[in-house]
Amino acid sequence: MTLSARDQSTLLDVQDLRTVFSSPRGQVTAVNGVSFVIRPGETVGLVGESGSGKSVTALSLMRLIPSPPGRIEAGKVLFRGRDLLTLSDRDLRRIRGKDISMIFQDPLTSLNPMLRIERQMTEALALHMKLGKRAARDRAIEMLELVGIPSAAKRLSDYPHQFSGGMRQRVVIAIALSCDPSLVLADEPTTALDVTIQAQILDVMRSLTAEFNTSVLLITHDLGVVAGMCERILVMYAGSIVEEAPRREIFYAPRHPYTMGLLKSVPRLDRPRADRLQQIEGSPPDLTRVPSGCPFHPRCPHATDLCRNVVPPLRPVGSNHLSACHYDLSIEGAA
Amino acid sequence: MTAAAEPLLQIRDLKTYFPAGRTGPFGLTGEMRYVKAVDGLSFDIYRGETLGLVGESGCGKSTTGRTILQLIKATSGEVMYDGTNLVTLSKREMRRMRRDLQIIFQDPYASLSSRMRVSRIIGDPLTIHHVASGDKKRQRTGELLKIVGLSPSYARRYPHEFSGGQRQRIGIARALAVNPDFVVCDEPISALDVSIRAQIINLLEDLQREFGLTYLFIAHDLSVVRHICTRVAVMYLGKFMELAPSDDLYSHPMHPYTQALMSAVPVPDPDVEDSRRRIILSGDVPTPINPPSGCVFHTRCPLATEHCRAEVPAWRQLRPNHWVACHYAETPAAHAMESVALAAEGAGG
Ligand SMILES: Nc1ncnc2c1ncn2[C@@H]1O[C@H](COP(=O)(O)OP(=O)(O)OP(=O)(O)O)[C@@H](O)[C@H]1O
Ligand SMILES: Nc1ncnc2c1ncn2[C@@H]1O[C@H](COP(=O)(O)OP(=O)(O)OP(=O)(O)O)[C@@H](O)[C@H]1O
Ligand SMILES: [Mg+2]
Ligand SMILES: [Mg+2]
Repeated sequence: MTLSARDQSTLLDVQDLRTVFSSPRGQVTAVNGVSFVIRPGETVGLVGESGSGKSVTALSLMRLIPSPPGRIEAGKVLFRGRDLLTLSDRDLRRIRGKDISMIFQDPLTSLNPMLRIERQMTEALALHMKLGKRAARDRAIEMLELVGIPSAAKRLSDYPHQFSGGMRQRVVIAIALSCDPSLVLADEPTTALDVTIQAQILDVMRSLTAEFNTSVLLITHDLGVVAGMCERILVMYAGSIVEEAPRREIFYAPRHPYTMGLLKSVPRLDRPRADRLQQIEGSPPDLTRVPSGCPFHPRCPHATDLCRNVVPPLRPVGSNHLSACHYDLSIEGAA
Repeated sequence: MTAAAEPLLQIRDLKTYFPAGRTGPFGLTGEMRYVKAVDGLSFDIYRGETLGLVGESGCGKSTTGRTILQLIKATSGEVMYDGTNLVTLSKREMRRMRRDLQIIFQDPYASLSSRMRVSRIIGDPLTIHHVASGDKKRQRTGELLKIVGLSPSYARRYPHEFSGGQRQRIGIARALAVNPDFVVCDEPISALDVSIRAQIINLLEDLQREFGLTYLFIAHDLSVVRHICTRVAVMYLGKFMELAPSDDLYSHPMHPYTQALMSAVPVPDPDVEDSRRRIILSGDVPTPINPPSGCVFHTRCPLATEHCRAEVPAWRQLRPNHWVACHYAETPAAHAMESVALAAEGAGG
């Protein structure tokens, strides 16, 4: 579906992914036909607000959706051409943690509280990189040093709770990068951290993924973070990608009314103070009852009958720029 | 403007220490240790202003707000309100004052009792403070719901039937029910979706204008604080590092910690992000049980000297109404906001 999928080498090609959950209140369509690609070495941002389906998208790629209540209903996740959704468990395990690794918001979900850091780091290295004990230990120390943990060799024998929140997330990043993955799925890696610690962590991620030419899918609700980190940005709303574009296009020439509204509603440190913030009315939909037509229409200032009845396709609106809106709002939106 | 303004609250050398066990093995013997959550704050809050309180997690923002409201007992110091020192009031005397001094919490999920209907959540304070009862109470509840942008028919519903933004509106209605003078807003938008934060910020601003409210606005997000606040205090390990009128703080941050904080705030603008210089602080915030000697920030400060390790910096006024606690505040430091400030000038001019 995506424009750029064909012309350049693709690492990950997600096609029409659909993931649902059954809940007492009905079926939740958490991911509703999502398609995108990630190229080698590229950092792609996935932004959207709470409940829009960002984490479920990432978990679906790795087949980590708890089932029941969840189910991947449709789609393909081509990683180097092989569909991860139909791979055998054994083959998938080989890819997880080796070729594709994950960083979660809460470092404690990725770390085992009962095990020393050394064991958690060297096990993966032994398994995926076939390293011996000594070599794995050396590699672990090297990785901890790379992410900026002082006295790395000594800290190997510590347990996760002996690290601060920021240091723990560094350890998680060290583990995620230790097997030299080609893709890292980072789900809100800095959301739980203070801004000065966030700056440290983003700095480490930026320089290491550039050094190793790692691709990253960076999930966040912070538009500022993607502006500084990502080459291309996917905007998600109510389970669908509503806009996709290179980052300068998203920020300087957004085409979807949701993206425009979001950008206008945040106060900015680099601009003169506005008298009043422009707000988006209403709130995000309940995913058991996604509105008919365009999922954004109840909140959209431009909505028409067409929007209320027909789902707008994600269509090209410029070079490498896709938007799921029936109308061409660029001029109005830029005003 | 603030110089001539009338202080609503005067806080003097306020300290709130929490016991944290003893120094000996297993914390059973030896000297008693304390978390110095609020460690000697002196400042005024002016009538009608919004005073911002920013700083990293655990620096003592919530404790400051709650100690001012006497929801946490102060270890020492004064909170003067209307000629009375709230710190020395008995529980009963304080209960009468509570009507004037309210709080809005961060988490709209946790702060509303799930078994109470909205009518009771908002109505109870009216009963407790003998503001209204019976039909008048019902009418006032409906009015309050309308004021915060909700339908009066919602009074019969329970909190779980609402979205996060709507719940925060209910929390705001409850705080406003008794016509307070002063409201502590403790991270009122942090738990909300990005697309509804602007709604709540605008609502808080409208209500302030309409009812002459004074806010202490606690937040992590420096962009939001700059938008909503008249003055801003930057806190670190229980102390103020800097306090200034909002615009002056952002255009002339003088404390190295303020500069680092601002340089770390991501800006939703690729060109600004690419060109700005970041001050990446090393290390983590030290524990408030055993804060560093001298200037508490010296362990992470890029400018720290022997002097900073040895001596607590004085609280000095270096620009009009602009207070700083740094020995080297006059030294033009690596200017954190250089590129951001330049971009602002460009956009403004
Ligand atoms: N295990 C589950 N069971 C039922 N529903 C689920 C489950 N996990 C997620 N969902 C639903 O799927 C939808 C998408 O959730 P998801 O976690 O992907 O959101 P998100 O965009 O990551 O939000 P956040 O920013 O809050 O992390 C939500 O409506 C959520 O309630
Ligand atoms: N009831 C308590 N007992 C013991 N220590 C406490 C108590 N409340 C807070 N503290 C400690 O006091 C310090 C200040 O906490 P406070 O909640 O005021 O910080 P904060 O600036 O509001 O942080 P956050 O941004 O995370 O809300 C922290 O070290 C905290 O652990
Ligand atoms: Mg998530
Ligand atoms: Mg707090």
